[in-house]
Amino acid sequence: MSLTPETCGAAASGDARMIRIANGQGFWGDWLEAPVRLIEQGPIDYLTLDYLAEVTMSILQKQRQADPTLGYARDFPPLIGRIAKRMLDRNVRVIANAGGVNPVACAEAVRKAAPGIKVAIVLGDDVLSRIDEFLGKGYEMRNLDTCAPLATIRDRILSANAYTGAFPLAEAIATGAHVILAGRAADPALALAPMIHEFGWRETDWNKLAAGTVAGHIIECGTQATGGNCQVGWQNIPDLANIGYPIVEAEPDGTFVVTKHPGTGGRVHSDIVKEQLLYELGDPKNFIAPDCTADFTTIHLDDIGPDRVRVSGIQGRERPTNLKLSISYANGWKAIGTLVFSWPQALEKAQAADQIVRSRMKQLDLQFDEIHTEYFGANACHGHIARFSDPPEIQLRIGVRSSNRKIVDRFTRELIPLVLSGPPGATGYGEGRPPVREIVSYWPALVPRGEIKSSIEVLG
Amino acid sequence: MKVPLGKIAHTRSGDKGDTSNIGVIVYDLKDYPLLVNELTAERVKAFFGDLVKGKVERFELPNLGALNFLLHEALGGGGTAALRIDPQGKTLGAALLRVEIDYYI
Repeated sequence: MSLTPETCGAAASGDARMIRIANGQGFWGDWLEAPVRLIEQGPIDYLTLDYLAEVTMSILQKQRQADPTLGYARDFPPLIGRIAKRMLDRNVRVIANAGGVNPVACAEAVRKAAPGIKVAIVLGDDVLSRIDEFLGKGYEMRNLDTCAPLATIRDRILSANAYTGAFPLAEAIATGAHVILAGRAADPALALAPMIHEFGWRETDWNKLAAGTVAGHIIECGTQATGGNCQVGWQNIPDLANIGYPIVEAEPDGTFVVTKHPGTGGRVHSDIVKEQLLYELGDPKNFIAPDCTADFTTIHLDDIGPDRVRVSGIQGRERPTNLKLSISYANGWKAIGTLVFSWPQALEKAQAADQIVRSRMKQLDLQFDEIHTEYFGANACHGHIARFSDPPEIQLRIGVRSSNRKIVDRFTRELIPLVLSGPPGATGYGEGRPPVREIVSYWPALVPRGEIKSSIEVLG
Repeated sequence: MKVPLGKIAHTRSGDKGDTSNIGVIVYDLKDYPLLVNELTAERVKAFFGDLVKGKVERFELPNLGALNFLLHEALGGGGTAALRIDPQGKTLGAALLRVEIDYYI
């Protein structure tokens, strides 16, 4: 793209052309160097950064409760400080859902870290203060997984946000801002928004909106599209230490090429893109996003060159009448303790130790909602499907869960005594007692689309 | 001839709440009809046994040479409340590579 931020979209002038949209963050905690390298190692027009997993919003809500100036992805403002000069020199604009539950504070921190950067904030996703209003209107907001009505956990809700679509983000791009900052924007919307802005796509262009949504799904998990976490010849995927993050070269007609910067590690191939397309997929004919419903059975992939996969043929249908809410709530306490037993009879020793711990907890009358034991090294990942014989060492891993913090805390003192009083050869207790953690659970639900009104605020 | 699924296909798995999804993708499109015939939802349910408490659903993506399975109630409650080492089912796709299928093409 060679548009200046002041230009209002290439479609208006009739010379729309290919734009490059990269993703440099698959979740909060992804590689800090990735966005910097994307902007330094080759041409891109838009840099998207996805910081929010399902329960990230609740963690941010807790941080905001402790300090009203927090509640956003704190890695984001220093990153913009680091890349601001490059962004301005190369006219690269950043689109991120780093705002969490406090996008205004995040925008102010960005302005502090990079004073020359203009920030547009998309507001309106945070509905925590409207939950009772929604319940009053008769919206039950039943859990999409369990069907339970929201009223059953009303007093334990920590955060509530709507997954918003790409059109408010596109509107924010049109303000000419260098950074477009949202709260709980849906992950694929981050990549779809610049296509809407640049190509002038409308709210009923279902096939194109579906294509942009699929592009967003392919790159939203970062390097899962470029050879990370890939089963296909993983030993031969080059230079994972310097893996290139994914880039989409988008065309106005909805076709696009998935690629990465030349000279970076990793690989882009149709086998790898297929793995990412299938990731966390439900019914492939009904991939529901805020802006459309995409049909994954219409996606056509072609390997058109080294590290280049062309994606075409995507069809979509009408957007859903409801928007999805991401609600989080306090759901009790848990702790997970471990001990290691060595050969010989490592598994038998670990099993005997598990019985001792359970017997002692029964004598103490600790009534947990759940006790779960795994034998790490034998069956923790694959259960009864795993095959092994006489392993050299086994880690006993016992987890407990309860709404009563006290009994979870009591459990954390029950493992270490076994070093002296249990089967022989116990070790691996160097970390001491395991921490008791509060469980914050995710509650997906629906509200009518009309309830969510987005607005844009510009700083700078 | 019996072969493990991993000889003809690769997998990617993830989660949605307490449901794990496993995408199964053939390396060579000529094996796709065989995959569709052999790797039924019943077969996958039987293979995982009591690791999957709920039903198994199957969806076909012939355009990608892929099947998508939804394994309901497979993640010990799922999400942050689960006590497992793999509450997101990231390794369940690899487990399925071991299932033996009749290779007759």
